[in-house]
This record gives sequence, C-alpha cells and structure tokens, in this order.
Amino acid sequence: MTKSLYGAKEAKAIWVYLEQDEGRLESVSLELIGKAHELAEAQGIPVVGALLGDQVSSLAQEAIAAGADEVRVAEHPLLRQYTTDGYSKVFTELILKGKPDILLLGATPNGRDLAGRIAVRLRTGLTADCTDLKLEDKTGLLIGEVTGFGGGILAYIKCPDNRPQMATVRPGVFAVPEPETSRKGKVVSVPVELAEEDIKVQVLEHAVGGGVDITRAQVLVAAGRGCGGDFSLVNELAGLLEGEVGVSRVPVDEGWASRDRMIGQTGYVTRPKLAIVCGISGAFQFTVGVEKAEAIVAVNIDPDAPIFEQADYCIVDDMFNVLPPLIEAVKKARGGNGGR
Amino acid sequence: MRQLHIIACVKVVPKPEEVKVNPENWTIERDGVRSEINPPDMNVLEMALALKEQHGGKVTVVAMGPPMFDSYLRLALAMGADEAYLLSDRSFAGADTLATSYALAQGIRKIGEFDLILCGEESSDGATAQVPPGIAEWLNTSQITYAEDLKIVPDSGMVKAQRELAGGYEVIQVPLPCTASVKVGANEPRFMDIERKTWANAEGPVTTWNAQDIEVDPEMIGIPGSPTIVDGVAQAEATERKREFLKGTPEEQVKALIERLRPYL
Repeated sequence: MTKSLYGAKEAKAIWVYLEQDEGRLESVSLELIGKAHELAEAQGIPVVGALLGDQVSSLAQEAIAAGADEVRVAEHPLLRQYTTDGYSKVFTELILKGKPDILLLGATPNGRDLAGRIAVRLRTGLTADCTDLKLEDKTGLLIGEVTGFGGGILAYIKCPDNRPQMATVRPGVFAVPEPETSRKGKVVSVPVELAEEDIKVQVLEHAVGGGVDITRAQVLVAAGRGCGGDFSLVNELAGLLEGEVGVSRVPVDEGWASRDRMIGQTGYVTRPKLAIVCGISGAFQFTVGVEKAEAIVAVNIDPDAPIFEQADYCIVDDMFNVLPPLIEAVKKARGGNGGR
Repeated sequence: MRQLHIIACVKVVPKPEEVKVNPENWTIERDGVRSEINPPDMNVLEMALALKEQHGGKVTVVAMGPPMFDSYLRLALAMGADEAYLLSDRSFAGADTLATSYALAQGIRKIGEFDLILCGEESSDGATAQVPPGIAEWLNTSQITYAEDLKIVPDSGMVKAQRELAGGYEVIQVPLPCTASVKVGANEPRFMDIERKTWANAEGPVTTWNAQDIEVDPEMIGIPGSPTIVDGVAQAEATERKREFLKGTPEEQVKALIERLRPYL
C-alpha cells in the first residue's frame, strides 16, 4: 500500500480549493463551499477555503458568505497567474501544514491540472469528476459519485486510508449558495516562500472572460450532429429566449462550436429551467449534462432516438422544419418585444 | 545532440456505443464488444508523428493493459510510430490513477531518455484526465494539460502550447522534458499506411514487459497500490419525464409546444 504523507488520525476539516483567475472566483469553488458546508455541518467539522494568488484576499469574504468557516490566503506576486509548479508547491505546503481530511477542487482545466499533480505528490487517492458527494454514515468517509461510461452506471468511490481524500467535482453539479453577507469567518494569511527559480512555466498569453458559462444559463438551446454546422436558427432562438447555445460532442469535434459550450460527461453539467435539444440523438454521455433541466424539449428526425426517453415534449421532425415556426411563435408569445 | 524522443501513451477501450450494462448486477458487459484505440489518443499519435516529421527523432508508443492490446499497438506502428511497449501483468489490474500513473512512469523510465510524453486528454471509458499530471509528478517533468498547437521551440530546450482554461485559453512555454495531455480534436489523425501495416503485423517492434521487467514496487501497483476503492455501483436514476409526443404539422406541434412552455417564455 502506498502511504500518504500524513494519516487519517491527524487529518481534520474539509478544505475547498478557491480557484480564481484575474481576481474572479470560479463559481464551482462557491458551489463546493456550499456543499462542503452542508456536509460538514452534520458532522460538526469546519470548512476551510484555500485561496492562492496575488492580492486576492478580498475574495475570502465571498467564500465565507457561501459557508466557509475559515479561509487560508497564500499571496505572492509569483502566484499572480496559475502555474503548475508554483501553485503545486505552495498548495502542497499549505496542505501539509493544515492536514485536511477532505480536499475538494472544481473539475476545471486548472483544477484538474493541479489536483492530478498534488495527489501523486501527497501519495493519496483522487476521485475525479464527481457528480455528487456524500459522507458515509458511520465513518464520515467521503464518497464520490462518478459516472461510468455506457449505460448510465454510477460508481461510488472512497479513499479509506490515505489523506487527504481528494475529489474534483464538475462545475454545475451543485448550486451556488445564496450569499449570507453577515456570515463571519476567520481569514488567515499564510506566509509564502517562493522564488523565481521555482517557476519554470512562462505564461506568454492569457485570455479569459470572453467565453460563455452554460452552467449558469436559465434556457439552453442545444444542437448536435443534426444541425450540420448551421447554428443560425439555434442562435436566433437562444437569443429570443435570453438563453445560451449548448452542443453535444459532435459539433466540438467537427470544429463547429467551442468546447466551453459542450454539454455532457466530458463537457459541462447544466441545470437550466428549459432545455430545447435539437438534432442530438441523446447518448448517455450527453444526457448526463442536461438531465437536471426542469423541462426538456427534444426535436429529432429519428423517432427512435434515445433523447425522447429523456424529454418532456417530443417532436419527431427535422429541426430545420420545426425551428422557423417555433421562432415565430416565441416572438409572438413574448408580445412582440422578442427578448433582446 | 541526441535526437528528439517522444513517448505517446495510448489506451485501448471498448467502443462506447457497443458497451452494454448487465441489468442483473449493473456490471459492464464487454463480451463481444469491439475495442478501439481511445479516440483522444489518436490525437496524441497524430501530434507525436507530426512533431517527428518536423524535427526528426523517434516516436515510442506505450500502453498498459492485457495482451490483446498488442494488435492495437501495431496499428500505431502502421500510422508511423517507431516502436511500442506493452506493460502487461495481471498485477496491474484494478489500478486507480495513483497506481496507473506510477506503473506508466516506471515503464517510461525503463524505455530510457525522453523529451516529451504525450497523453490523451481523457479516456472514453473513464474520463479521468488525471493520469498525465500524475506521470509528470512521478518523473519530475514539467506539464501542459489540455494542450493544442504544441510546438518544440528550436534550440531552446522548451516546448510551447496553447492550453484550455475555464472560459478562455493561455499560451505557455515550459522546459523539456515535459508531459502533455493533448486536447481532444486538436488535430486530424492520419490514416495508417497500408504497407507499414504489413510490416507492423509481421515484424513490428512491440515489446511486452511485466511488472518485474519495469521494476515496480509490487505494493504500489494494481489494487494494493490504489488508495481509492469502489464502494458500490448503481444505475443512474433518470428524472421521470413526461415523454409527450406532439402531433400534427410542424406549425401544429409548435402551437402545442408553446402552450406547454408558457411558464418558461
């Protein structure tokens, strides 16, 4: 058995990695604070946020308002941008000092980049891409729910002996908690030892904020192979409904759409009020990302498409026959002001 | 200068569309299911071969899995890879990301000096994406995850790539040796060369190594080396949906739909 650097006896608290970029917290970090607070309350254990960056301490209050009891802030000019080497060094030191029992990170590109690296450094177990979290009744062990491929199998994974029990969680699985602005918590500034030579990564270009966040959309109009790369009607309908356009895997692989719009097992888990799914057959890998929608409309030319099993309202027809009258009808129903 | 050596890690997975679930015990039935090279790993092979074309050097393919992987490694040779290693031992089975990344790292160590390790972004049967940073840690290399447009910067000992971020991207440059995971769809994988296929099948250099060959600590591989355990499986519970099929012409269907969607409009 590979031993972790510290054991279960010394371990305490649930830690959440507070991922920030250019001074903005990733919403998944607040989602995880909310969930950690719910899990920890039942067990009477604290929730600690770990915040790394340069001049980011003002973000600590956001985490406290979401349910953190304490935030450990590691600030250093060399942490201004995420680098694997800089962040893994500082975060590992924080972890070895604080010895969390459970450590949660968002399954974002940088969250996974960091989690995969430090899990090996700490010689511990990492349950990746969880779709739910709970604590085992008797032991308080973290149980991560992950989806297996194929026909919708869920597996429950735990890490009995090694610490911390690490998990990454997909954005959108949990809701962002309503901020409780009067909530009080401790903010601890942690000294950081970091030198230029610790960081071999050079960031030459960095662009964020231009992308979309489909996990926050109230209305999603999703299109797949059936659109053949023509998103004009889909875009128009999404615009009218003040929603976003989502896609299945095919448009991403074909280069028709960017990956930040991808719904599903390898994309984002969304929770819109309304999802209108056009020209997507509805394999499990897709539906896992849309099944939390309040209402689902499916439009597909194939009457046997599995998407109809997952839909509330089903229209068997080519999406290009259905969308034009639907767009007209939505314009009319919205009283002529037609959204944007 | 030593020539460029690229290691391409690949995995063979059952074709997802053919995998069925046994409704009795919720296990995955692989009998009669055809396998394929994990589709994201085709992007790995393409990137490795394109870099070799540009800079010269050698592409070595490595995989961990049962003996049946051998024929898939020959497909990689037919595409243009120079040699392949299959890490195959019953004691590797049941490994989680810690044990998997350890065994792969040991295999790569045994292959010898390298400059760049390329892995798929994820595997279609597990989608964990955590093995590449793990390999990087075991071998103490730099890492670039979700990389596309990866270039070796001439005469600098550096590699440069664009990588995905939440809601954006960045371009980073790191020193070799480096472990990179290649973003799905980063390139258009080439077809195999039919003449090479004949050679690969007959005499392609595929070497199989067991646990002893790669000098692993038996306590750190397979189930004993995996800190995580599967505590149970269940069927994904789907929300009960109305499944109402609307009837008539598209206009009539749309009319019926609008009625039902009023609360959302």
